[in-house]
Formats: sequence, structure tokens, C-alpha cells
Amino acid sequence: MSIRSEITANVFRSYAFMAGFCVLVVLLAYVFGQALGYGDSFIGIAVLLAVCSSFISYYFGDQIVLAMSGARPASRKKDFDFFTVCENLSIAAGVPMPKLYVIEDSAINAFATGRDPHHAVICATSGLFSRLDRREIEGVVAHELSHVQNYDIRMMAIVAVLVGTVAYASDFFMRSLWWGGRDRDNDRDNNGIFLIIGIVLAIVSPLIAMLIQLAISRKREYLADASGALLTRYPEGLARALEKIGKDKDVLEAATNATAHLFIANPFKGKEFGTWFSGLFDTHPPIVERVKILRAM
Amino acid sequence: MTPMLVVGGLVFVVLLFLWSLYNGFVTLKAQIEEAWSQIDVQLKRRIDLIPNLVESVKGYAKHEKSVFENVTKARSALMKAETPESMAKASDTLTGALKSLFAVAEAYPQLRANENFLQLQRELSDTEDKVAYARQFYNSTVMDYNVKVRVFPNALIANAFGFKEQAFFKATDEERKGVKVEF
Repeated sequence: MSIRSEITANVFRSYAFMAGFCVLVVLLAYVFGQALGYGDSFIGIAVLLAVCSSFISYYFGDQIVLAMSGARPASRKKDFDFFTVCENLSIAAGVPMPKLYVIEDSAINAFATGRDPHHAVICATSGLFSRLDRREIEGVVAHELSHVQNYDIRMMAIVAVLVGTVAYASDFFMRSLWWGGRDRDNDRDNNGIFLIIGIVLAIVSPLIAMLIQLAISRKREYLADASGALLTRYPEGLARALEKIGKDKDVLEAATNATAHLFIANPFKGKEFGTWFSGLFDTHPPIVERVKILRAM
Repeated sequence: MTPMLVVGGLVFVVLLFLWSLYNGFVTLKAQIEEAWSQIDVQLKRRIDLIPNLVESVKGYAKHEKSVFENVTKARSALMKAETPESMAKASDTLTGALKSLFAVAEAYPQLRANENFLQLQRELSDTEDKVAYARQFYNSTVMDYNVKVRVFPNALIANAFGFKEQAFFKATDEERKGVKVEF
């Protein structure tokens, strides 16, 4: 597939998943409401709580992640290649230059955060500069810059709100059953079936929500690969960089479970999932797949 | 009463569409103009780096006078050039002169190891990248504008308001031939 058709396909797929997610939330609202007989299912409160818990990570996520990773600001003198590559790609993308940071670690990895191109941050490890050549660094930075340009951070924040909503709503539903409802309505017959469906959904939907979140994350990774290739017009750069990252034995010490999805490749090595099923739980697509798609562009 | 409302509503929607389309054209046109001047910014950066480069090489290779003269002459010619054709021609001459300068520098191991010279080489190479990316961005902006002007129904309105397709940045025939390096 060509670069542009890859971009279109991945944008479409990620929005299809989002639509499916919204359908799931509406379904939960309906079923829980019918089962409890209130006609409403606390879905409003669930959304509100989810928004509140996502608010801080959305607006302050970049500062939090940088503090957690122990990153230092990049300088043109010390990190000439990184700095000039970011300058050049910002020119190519027509966006203001992001703030740059470096993590002193021999592992090869990079991440980008920032809710829009005017508040963007790109961070890379010192291992990345020493092990990759300039064309490969360009590929990686283009991928990260594309995440910001495509508003991926914003999209994943919205997805996080949806996941939170599903989790809270399911939780409230189970609690309501446990503590017993006071004003059961007239439709007692209706209640029975919806009660059963509701319980099944309450148990299963948080898991489904997580799987959808991971699927969207993987599609946006493919999209960032394709958008980055459109910026550099040289997909081979990123392909080579990904191969080197795949072979890299080092584990990035600064990464935690909370920040893992932001990095260009899964920072927890030794967890390379082979089977389709366990692959569903990965925030990133397999490197072999990504390299194959890049080389076919 | 209701038919009047429906027609009025439709007219309103059409006017809204025309308004946003016109503003879209204006915005994209302005972005093209900005992208073009950005190319000039990078070209000027390139010109500004050259005197330092010449000085650092002179420090080690004083007697290679002809090479320095060629570079300086090419630079002045480029600064004086007015039309895009003469600018492209002068730029090619300068590129050729610079390549000769670097080829000469290869013969002086002390110069090759000089930190200043190496940094200037990197800066110059980086500037060439910047010029290329600036041109790429100009072309993608032009493409977005041209697509908007050509699609239906925009094409009808674009004609009415005088918005025409813009030209891409192209290499001249001279540039497509390749650069000569003279010793």
C-alpha cells in the first residue's frame, strides 16, 4: 500500500473503533438503566468521574512523564543531530518546533507527548543517538512528530475517558445490585432479562473496553509510521531504526507501565508476543509487521 | 409560510458554504506565500554560513587562491540574482564551487581534523536539508490548494473569485543535469 492509502486506512480504522466504543457505552447505559429500573444508569456520573481523572494526565501529562523519566533538556551543541533533525522536520511539517529532552540510557527509544503542536514535547534516549545514524533518527523523530500532528495524545485521552466511563458504570451497576435497589419499577418482567445481560456486560465490558483501547493504540502507531514516512519521504529510515530497536537487548529503565504506550517500541523487552491472542494486549504492533509495511510503501 | 422557510434555509446554507470556501482559499493562498518566503530564509542561512567556511579553510590552505575566489564570486552572484532562473543558476555555481572547496580540504589532514571546520561542514549539510524540506513543505501546501481549487463544486466558485492553480517548485533543467566538481 502507498503511504497515503496507509494513512487513510488507519485513520478510518481508528475512528471505526471509536464509533464502536461509543456504541458500547450507549448499550451499557441502556441495559443498566433497564435492569435497575431507574431508566438511567449513573452513566452521567461515570462520564464525569472519568473526565476528572483524565484531566490531569491530559493537561500535565508531559511534565509528569518528563519528571518520571529523569530527562534533561536537549541542547543544539551537545545533541546536534537530534536538534537539527527536529528543526528540519518541523519545517517539513509546518509546525512550531517541539521542546526536546534527552534521557541518559543506553536503550534505544523515544516518545512524544503534548495535546497539540503548540504544546509538544519529544524525548529520546542517548542510546538512540549513539546507535542510530542520521537517516534512522529522522525516521524515529518523524514518527513521534506525527503522533503530535495527528492529535494522537488527544485521541488516547478521549479513549481513556471512554474506558473510565465503562469501568465506573459497570462498577456502579454491580454495587447497586449488591446493596439492593429501593424503588423497583413496575416492569418486573423486563428487569429479569436485562439484569442477566447487565451482569454479564458489567463483568465483560471493562475487558472489551481495554481491548478496544489497545486496538486503537496500535492503529495510531501504524498511522504515525505512515505519516512519518510522508514527512521524510524515506520509509527505509524508520524501517532500519525499528530493526535496530527490535534487536536491542537493553531494557529502558525509566519506563513504567503507565508510560509504556507513549514510546516508539514496547520498552519491556522479553515480552514479544507471538500468538494472535496475546498480541491483542499489546500497545504497539509487532516490529516485523511495521517494517514489512514500511518497506512496501 | 413553510416553503418560504425551507427556501430561506437552503439559501442560508449555500451562502455559509460559499463564505467558508472563499475564506479557505484565502487562507491556503497566504500559507503558500509564507511557505515560499520560508525557502528564502533557509537559502539566506546557507549564504551566511559561507564566509566562515572560507575563513576556516584559508587558515590552512592559503595558497589555494583560485578555489576561494570562485566561492566568493559565486556567493556574490547569488546575492545579486533577481529572477528565479538566475537564482537557480547562481545557486548551482555556488554548489559546484563549494564542492571544489571541500575536495581541496581533503588534502589537508590538519584541516579535516579541525573542530571548527567539521562543525561548519555539518551546518552546511544541515542547511541543504533545511532548504529541501522547506521546498517540500511549499509543494505540499501548493498541492492542498490546487486540490481545493480543482474539485467539484469548488472549481466553479474558484473561477468566479479568480483563484487559480499555483505552480510547484521544480528543478531547473540545469539542476537536473548534475553538478560539476573542478580541481
